[in-house]
Amino acid sequence: MHRILAIAGNTFRETVRDKILYNLILFALVMIFSALALGQLSLGNDNKVIVDLGLGAISIFGTMIAIFIGIGLVYKEIEKRTVYALLAKPVRRSELVVGKYLGLVFTLLVNLAVMTVGLELALWYTGGADPMSYLRVLAVVALTFLSLCLVTALALFFSTFSTPALSALFTLFLWIIGHFGNDLRNFGELTKSEAMQWLCRILYYVIPNFSNFQILDWRYVLQPSSENTWTIPYAQTVDPGMVAGVVFYCIVYVALALSLGIAIFRSRDFK
Amino acid sequence: MPIVEIENLTKDFAVGFWKKRPVRALDRLNLQVNEGETFGFLGPNGAGKSTTIKLLMSLLRPTSGAARILGKPVSSTAMHQEIGYLPENPYFYDYLTPVELLTYAGKLFGLDGDELRKRTKSLIDDVGLGHAANRQLRKFSKGMVQRVGLAQALINEPKIVFLDEPMSGLDPLGRMDVRRIILSLKARGVTVFFSSHILPDVEAICDRVAILNKGQLQEAGKLADILKVGVTGHEIIVAGGGGDVTDELRGICEEVHLMDDRLHLRVKDKERMERALRFVFDRKLGLISVNPIRPSLEEHFQSMVSAAPDGARPAAAEARN
Ligand SMILES: Nc1ncnc2c1ncn2[C@@H]1O[C@H](COP(=O)(O)OP(=O)(O)OP(=O)(O)O)[C@@H](O)[C@H]1O
Ligand SMILES: [Mg+2]
Repeated sequence: MHRILAIAGNTFRETVRDKILYNLILFALVMIFSALALGQLSLGNDNKVIVDLGLGAISIFGTMIAIFIGIGLVYKEIEKRTVYALLAKPVRRSELVVGKYLGLVFTLLVNLAVMTVGLELALWYTGGADPMSYLRVLAVVALTFLSLCLVTALALFFSTFSTPALSALFTLFLWIIGHFGNDLRNFGELTKSEAMQWLCRILYYVIPNFSNFQILDWRYVLQPSSENTWTIPYAQTVDPGMVAGVVFYCIVYVALALSLGIAIFRSRDFK
Repeated sequence: MPIVEIENLTKDFAVGFWKKRPVRALDRLNLQVNEGETFGFLGPNGAGKSTTIKLLMSLLRPTSGAARILGKPVSSTAMHQEIGYLPENPYFYDYLTPVELLTYAGKLFGLDGDELRKRTKSLIDDVGLGHAANRQLRKFSKGMVQRVGLAQALINEPKIVFLDEPMSGLDPLGRMDVRRIILSLKARGVTVFFSSHILPDVEAICDRVAILNKGQLQEAGKLADILKVGVTGHEIIVAGGGGDVTDELRGICEEVHLMDDRLHLRVKDKERMERALRFVFDRKLGLISVNPIRPSLEEHFQSMVSAAPDGARPAAAEARN
């Protein structure tokens, strides 16, 4: 365990000192500020602009960090031959993969935390939001974080056997069609062809279903709530069972992706 | 007691883009390294030295055969706790400083706290990087990275270290540093297994050597035994001389050269050597030295390698690249 932590710690340091991270963060800030400036022009409803922009930025930039740093983690280690000295130490290959994964997940956590604090502060500064809104923002970010854990695992999985460019392509592809998971299943149920039904069913289970992480609709984040509960009038309720289900889904999927990645990484020759 | 046991170790690489065909990089290598030995692993470029070391580090999987270190199979993670490794042309995380790199390496061995700090500092000083201990490796020269590499290989105070060309990229002072470090490891009883092209260094510090060529072991044994075979005569150096002395010595010795007021005499057999020495004493010339003439490791290596039969493995080897 101490080895996994050491590797995770070093990965965190690597990502923090990585230029990509700063470019992404700078880009995010520029986007947010220019959008805020635009938002000033629109009439009233500043909070809506802030929440939409803030959550959007967190989701997009979180995903970019997860993909673009995730694809390089293992690949760089092999390409730059730093893996030689590392694996000659008493480090299992599985420990390397898991440590790298946890390191990046921690980077994401810190990033999301900073961005969320910024968002909540902006919300507080403009004033007028329902007290529950702050918590709902947190809940949406928490779900986004879970989805990023999954994206990271996918990126890492691909990077154990393919180049960064291809890994990015694969991950991005899965991320995009993964948002249409439910549509895929519905389509499968509607179609007449037996083969098509099976195909859709298989794809539905194989492709990570990112719509699972959207059980909280952003549109309702700012709705005034009744009796200080999670219940939002006219909208949706957050069912604890559903949340537990999403967490479980995420863990199982991440574990599968990492196990497969480890199996591939184990079989590799480092020449 | 053998600390490294290599049995019939063989490695094929698949080369070619469409039609993969195997190329034998290492061919049924059998070798043992004893505890406390400084073992030199020699061979021309492409002989299979790095391949062997990577197989021992379990970075490559053997095609066949097996190897054991400290009595355990090379795939044993626990065994790696006791060994150190410096890769060929090493490269480390360029965003780290030497102190950070060594701390990270130490943590992987379960070290921590004061002990780790102490070792980190003393190793960095040992490899002569005290002045750059907190500079990021991206700003390091090749030789400086090589030195950091040596330091990280020793952080766990290993029982045996594998150094793949530890002297490459180093300036003459750096080479002396590495020699000194290897000798001090040896004095502490650490087994050192290293590959090198710098034969005078090998000759100066190794107990035993193995010579590899085209993936096959040519020879392995004590350096003294390997080189002893070829004593071809003696060289006598004498101060003074000149004039008739030189002429008279020419009658006794096979070769006589006058260099800087010194006479360099070469004699092939014992009888001539005695005559030459008696002459030197009778004439009260100053005797400076008498040395056996034997081939250097370099010369031996050359004759070994050029004598090796061709086609020891598929000719496709050259097709790489
Ligand atoms: N990844 C690879 N794919 C194919 N062939 C390889 C690969 N790596 C090494 N070889 C071949 O294996 C043989 C041995 O290579 P190795 O690197 O072990 O040589 P070496 O003795 O370390 O040489 P050097 O002194 O140049 O470092 C060479 O013929 C090389 O072409
Ligand atoms: Mg080599």
